Amino acid sequence: MFAQQLINALSLGSVYALFALGFTLIFGVLGVINLAHGAVFMVGAYAALQAVVLAELPIWAALVIAFIISGLVGLAIDILVLSPLRKRDAPHLIPMIATIGVAIMLNSAAQGLFGADTLRFPPGVVPDGSIEAGGLHITAVEIGIIALTIVIMVVLLLGLRRTSIGKALRAVAESPRAAALLGIDVEGLFRKTSFVAAALGGVAGVLISLYANAVYPLMGQPMLHKGIAVIILGGMGDIRGALIGGLFLGFAEVFAVAYIGSTMRDAVAFGLLFLILLVRPTGLFGKANERKA
Amino acid sequence: MGALLEVSGLKVNFGHVEAVKGIDFSLTEGQITTLVGANGAGKSTTLLALSGLVRKAAGQVVFGGQNITRLPSHRIVHLGLSQVAEGRAMLTKLTVRENLELGAYHRRDTDAITSDFDHVLELFPRLRERLDGYAGNLSGGEQQMLAIGRAVMARPRILLLDEPSMGLAPLIVQEIFRIIKMLNDEGLTIFLVEQNVRQALKIAHQAYVIETGEIVLQGTGEELLDHPRVLEAYLGI
Repeated sequence: MFAQQLINALSLGSVYALFALGFTLIFGVLGVINLAHGAVFMVGAYAALQAVVLAELPIWAALVIAFIISGLVGLAIDILVLSPLRKRDAPHLIPMIATIGVAIMLNSAAQGLFGADTLRFPPGVVPDGSIEAGGLHITAVEIGIIALTIVIMVVLLLGLRRTSIGKALRAVAESPRAAALLGIDVEGLFRKTSFVAAALGGVAGVLISLYANAVYPLMGQPMLHKGIAVIILGGMGDIRGALIGGLFLGFAEVFAVAYIGSTMRDAVAFGLLFLILLVRPTGLFGKANERKA
Repeated sequence: MGALLEVSGLKVNFGHVEAVKGIDFSLTEGQITTLVGANGAGKSTTLLALSGLVRKAAGQVVFGGQNITRLPSHRIVHLGLSQVAEGRAMLTKLTVRENLELGAYHRRDTDAITSDFDHVLELFPRLRERLDGYAGNLSGGEQQMLAIGRAVMARPRILLLDEPSMGLAPLIVQEIFRIIKMLNDEGLTIFLVEQNVRQALKIAHQAYVIETGEIVLQGTGEELLDHPRVLEAYLGI
């Protein structure tokens, strides 16, 4: 029973981590708390659902389509909303408020296009198979979620450490002005980051909708709150933090349900989060007194 | 030797304040040109405008015959105009090595980058010992050396230096000025903005004095060192 909970927690935590990853990337590089990230997550789920239902594509192709479409939505948000605000030197809170507007627009658009009802993936979209071993039950979806999250994490961490563009991104994260003086195309990196972050959010949306088998316009809202909690817990803008924070929340929720009761799930998870922040106010990987130049 | 950089009628506004009020100056290839003046006179603003980091309200900047007035910052760097900003713009969470590598971010000539890397470490041997440490752990003088070395890694045609002596001990200031002179001897054109008027004028071929956004004096470094107005206002004699 305990081992089974571990696996459930690992797959749920992986989705949270994947969602938080895009969220923390935008914050780390663009310095914006993107409250439209939950809506982008929803866009990814609908894109995959349409790809499966209308175009009858296999689920891996639907994931690719969700990646691209939600990435393009992220790109559009940067070009149409964030970039004009940057050019006008808008103070910090303004882009955040603007992304609330974007989220509302995307949610309404989804409702208008697809209705407010919860939609489901047709049966057989994901291989039904599961592994049974020693009383453990692991579904194909869970294996896919965990594997995909690990691969994406490793690629991002190595990419940021080892590649030239990774170094440039870390430079922009610390000081866009210093980066520009080094000949780094800061606006270009903002665009790329917006695309990748939203694309990861969209993929997380597909994964959770497969996991829970539910797609609905406001599905990003609870996720957004969890995402904020995860990146605050992990340390704002830190990728390892998003991973650890996401896993923590997944474990807290699953074990709260298993040993305390499902109604207490969020209360226990967020209560623990609060306790950790009391001990480490800057998050697990955040440094004290960090200020952006 | 013609002008490598030609600035005419440069104006910068901050809100309703005219920080730079239509100034003209030029940099001669292979020379050190300095822009000196008091705090708030418009020196840093001028440099940031050259690098495209603040908007120019009016005026034109021509670099090597090309109009760069409206180019974005990274394109200006790619053309060969590198700036060491005031306060050194350190990337404290990157290592010294990574900072230097980023200086050559847009270059693809791997062999030349390697030789420039070695050259920078010859200029600043102290950086060699700290290559894999974080830039944030360097002393102020070392950070200034890293900032200059990083700019040199771009292999610029013009190096813009914004108050390299700021906040440094006198001995370190001497060292920094010695290096600036050395880089110039290697053929690098330098535009030096300074509050340390005496030191700057001593090594400059050409000099401009800026007061409240306007250029009020110009001449060779030597001429201005003896100019009564400079003596009175900046050298305290």
